[in-house]
Amino acid sequence: MVTSILPLSVKDAVVRRRGKTLLGPVTTTVSDTGLSIVMGPNGAGKTTLLRLLHGMERVSGGGSLKWQIPEEDARALQAFVFQAPIMMRRTALDNVAYPLMTHGVSKKEARVRAAEWLERVGLADSAQKQATVLSGGERQKLALARALIRKPEILFLDEPCANLDGRATREFETLLMQAFKDGTRVVMSTHDIGQARRLAEDVWFIHHGHILEQTPAEEFFASPTTSEARAFLKGDIVE
Amino acid sequence: MNELLAGLLEAGRLIVTFDADLIEISLRSLQVTLTAVAVASAIGLPLGCWLAVRRFRFRRFVIATMNALMGLPPVVVGLIVYLLLSRAGPFGVFGLLFTPTAMITAQVIILTPLIASIAHQAIRELWAQYHDLLISMNTTRWQRIATLLWDGRRALLTASLAGFGRGIGEVGAIMIVGGNIDNATRVLTTAISLETGKGNFSLALALGFVLIGLAVVVNLLIHTLSRTEVSGRW
Ligand SMILES: Nc1ncnc2c1ncn2[C@@H]1O[C@H](COP(=O)(O)OP(=O)(O)O)[C@@H](O)[C@H]1O
Ligand SMILES: [Mg+2]
Repeated sequence: MVTSILPLSVKDAVVRRRGKTLLGPVTTTVSDTGLSIVMGPNGAGKTTLLRLLHGMERVSGGGSLKWQIPEEDARALQAFVFQAPIMMRRTALDNVAYPLMTHGVSKKEARVRAAEWLERVGLADSAQKQATVLSGGERQKLALARALIRKPEILFLDEPCANLDGRATREFETLLMQAFKDGTRVVMSTHDIGQARRLAEDVWFIHHGHILEQTPAEEFFASPTTSEARAFLKGDIVE
Repeated sequence: MNELLAGLLEAGRLIVTFDADLIEISLRSLQVTLTAVAVASAIGLPLGCWLAVRRFRFRRFVIATMNALMGLPPVVVGLIVYLLLSRAGPFGVFGLLFTPTAMITAQVIILTPLIASIAHQAIRELWAQYHDLLISMNTTRWQRIATLLWDGRRALLTASLAGFGRGIGEVGAIMIVGGNIDNATRVLTTAISLETGKGNFSLALALGFVLIGLAVVVNLLIHTLSRTEVSGRW
């Protein structure tokens, strides 16, 4: 798929909050294809990085984020799956239909397409249930369907499987790989090394708010160049 | 104990005989409070929602004021409305004192901060939950407010019901601005007050039981209606 918004160039982007620097400066390019995995210990800045790229964090320090089209238009072609899926107080069907309904699709049409998506992610039977009664795995699949329904060119996922068991994780990964094969650019964070090995085309290793490595997955897992990444892969506690 | 029983029996008698006076003052109670709740909700619900979503300079101040107003003593509200509406007051020309309109006005003043405050609390929680998602989905401000009002409608209904509960049982303000005039401004609470003063305890109690029954029935009715409408719960 040819995307219209990628590549994204990030230059000297810094995220600060209450005078504390949480991330950066980050300078990098998000290429127009691929499945990138953001790895790093807790508190490294994975969530902050993804939110920055998605435009949910204010860029301070004179840095910039440049999509191929104006930021406002680029916004509509991205989606985000949060670590703790946010379930709206509606039926599963209406949760998935919501992004369409807020973007000019009629309620009827939105529900038809939402039903198709629920079918795809295996939640057809739960369409009329309140989303808030779904299990963790079902919620995250619902969140994925909701994120994909407007056919984003890039999908950000922040540790989507952190709270899922093995089976739910496998199902989620299968659906994610399908979206990737269908042409969606994927940037996902995880601190699960096994998951990174299964999915990654390239790995961004992040530590103390800096991207230390950005390398093809094979290379990263075979011979990480920084001592922090080596320690992390060995399972040592990285401070 | 005897008086309670007598009150209960008297309440039963008044109800089964469709006592004309009872029906009249009950309906007036409902009319005054339901109107006041409707007006106070029309102001308080959007206000509470708006305060939850918008950031502006005096937001904290407005919220603090609203919370303080929630504790307004009804008699004081009654007194102020009385002075405003009395012949010599600024709105004296309208001749509203000792009318149901005056009672509704006083109750609107009492109920609006309460309803706004509860709505604000509920919507703030919902907004905290939805914030990232709605921002991420690129929704407009109006879409966000509409979504919060719709998804928070249960909580907003609760806010209005709390207002109803406070209004239907309120006596201080409506006594002052309504005057408890027979066939004109007498409502359940002021009638109870009157009968108690006269020593008619069983009648006063009977009216009290009717008042409680009315409050329960209205709550149940609204909850039932809302349940069948949304066909789900959370
Ligand atoms: N709202 C916040 N206010 C202040 N500090 C925060 C906030 N959110 C995160 N941080 C800090 O920013 C750093 C990066 O956090 P985060 O991006 O969540 O890391 P990760 O997702 O890799 O665990 C951490 O040190 C964290 O404590
Ligand atoms: Mg995180």
